[in-house]
Amino acid sequence: MPGVDAPARAYPWTALWVLVLAGVLAMALAVAVGSVPLGAADLWAVFTGGGNELQRDLIWSLRAPRALAAFATGGLLALAGALMQVLLRNPLADPYVLGLSGGAAVGALGAMLLGAGAVLVSGSAFAGALLSTLLVFGLARGGGSWTPTRLLLTGVVVAAGWSAVISFLLTMSPAERLPGMLYWLMGDLSHAGAPGWAWLVLVVAVAAMLPLGRPLNVLARGPLQAAALGVAVRPLETSVYVLASLVTAVAVTTAGSVGFVGLIVPHLLRLVLGNDQRLILPASALAGGILLTLADTLARILLAPQQLPVGVITALLGVPVFLFLLYRSR
Amino acid sequence: MSVLETRELIIDVPGRVSGRALSLRIEPGQRWGILGPNGAGKTTLLHTLAGLRAPRSGQVLLDGKPLSQWRRRQVAQRLAVVFQERQDGFPATVLETALIGRHPFLPPWRMETAADLEQARNALRLLDLSHLEPRLVSTLSGGERQRLALATALAQQPALWLADEPTNHLDLHHQVAVMRLLEQQSQQGAGLCLCLHDLNLAARWCDRVLLLYPDGELCHGPADAMLILEALEKLYRQRLMVTEINGTRVFLPG
Repeated sequence: MPGVDAPARAYPWTALWVLVLAGVLAMALAVAVGSVPLGAADLWAVFTGGGNELQRDLIWSLRAPRALAAFATGGLLALAGALMQVLLRNPLADPYVLGLSGGAAVGALGAMLLGAGAVLVSGSAFAGALLSTLLVFGLARGGGSWTPTRLLLTGVVVAAGWSAVISFLLTMSPAERLPGMLYWLMGDLSHAGAPGWAWLVLVVAVAAMLPLGRPLNVLARGPLQAAALGVAVRPLETSVYVLASLVTAVAVTTAGSVGFVGLIVPHLLRLVLGNDQRLILPASALAGGILLTLADTLARILLAPQQLPVGVITALLGVPVFLFLLYRSR
Repeated sequence: MSVLETRELIIDVPGRVSGRALSLRIEPGQRWGILGPNGAGKTTLLHTLAGLRAPRSGQVLLDGKPLSQWRRRQVAQRLAVVFQERQDGFPATVLETALIGRHPFLPPWRMETAADLEQARNALRLLDLSHLEPRLVSTLSGGERQRLALATALAQQPALWLADEPTNHLDLHHQVAVMRLLEQQSQQGAGLCLCLHDLNLAARWCDRVLLLYPDGELCHGPADAMLILEALEKLYRQRLMVTEINGTRVFLPG
């Protein structure tokens, strides 16, 4: 029977190496393309310590940090998405579904409204994300137990509340601050700071998730079956929730609320690689990084010298791809 | 081999008075059948025996130690549960699903070994599922899924089987094949505890029977002594007829 067998997964680790290679190529493309295009020879010269001053400056101060920030953000978002989907046992969950980006947005926009600088805006976004996480978790727990459905519903309603506050903040804002706010809401990497700690969080999170891959595979069969197979369900769910929230908060703080990466990347990978979390989690981190690096490169050059917020690109790519997948999966 | 024991156990069925406390021992090689009408608490009892649900009072002991003091992983190395309902929200193949039965035996960092794969394949072969190994679970029929759940438990190589209606959705051939497989497991020393709806399966394959009444009353003992027409008619509030074929009692609704 065609179509009923699972996709071939004879060489699971090959997939990871292919993704690493694609990641390197995406980064190379991101630093090569722009208002001053650089050829392969120029890139090689700069990376080996040569090149002229303009080229070195262009790469080391402008393009490389931004490409690294894009990669880390995309990786974090896709990882968080893959985790949330297993946690809520809902393939349509994404990192923002629990109201986290709403909380971060209220924090960031509030700080912008008060005329705060970039550091304060980031800090405020991070605080808003964490506040929203605690709020949703606390409310969903209620009398002591929470279920994925309760968590999901609480998150969706809290997110609706945040979005009302966001509209209020936008209405109250003076016109000259609005573009910055709208860019933040769509997700934008032009003000992303040093990508160092986003990368640190990404590497630590992927490493922390690797031993949890097999328990998560079992958890995907439902909490009762998982408990019967020896998984400590509640501690596992709580740590996955905390980790996914932290990872999302770091991503949102770096680049604003970039949509669809966390939803689409794990979903696409599952179609190709199957649903072994030990493979899907690191593969999501890599593929998410690649997607956002390429999307940000497009955002820089599509209407150059005008720059688009990268969230516009991911949404414009993501919506049709996702609808197509959903349509086909029936 | 492990022994599961209950002491003065009262299961927590919401909105029901406590009823009679249950004290029994499931010893190696015994085949227990739990019988009772809908809503009598068969599944709740099974989940309580597995430690997946707290009792209202009393204790469940595994090898003499209260279940609550065991780590889940250690429990899963001795005891397998076959559930009546299953979730498959995410795509997974038949082989992958059987392979998760090896989970309790693997350290966190280790991938499944060739021996684990062999055990999973062997379990699939014994349940007549080898030809479906690469198939997605979501494309299987109800009976195939039921056999897959049994194969996952078999890959776990448990000393105790807690199975909620193991013959659910199975055709007659596979019902008999599954009951034979479980009987073999018990002959090799495993203790069985099966929730059953079919009196005739209980009469043919079980040596101990526990009758659960909806009001919380219960009684248990050797199968011959428990499978009495009057007791069963009272249990199901249904007139029954009984006959004997080849030395085994056969019950029919009257």
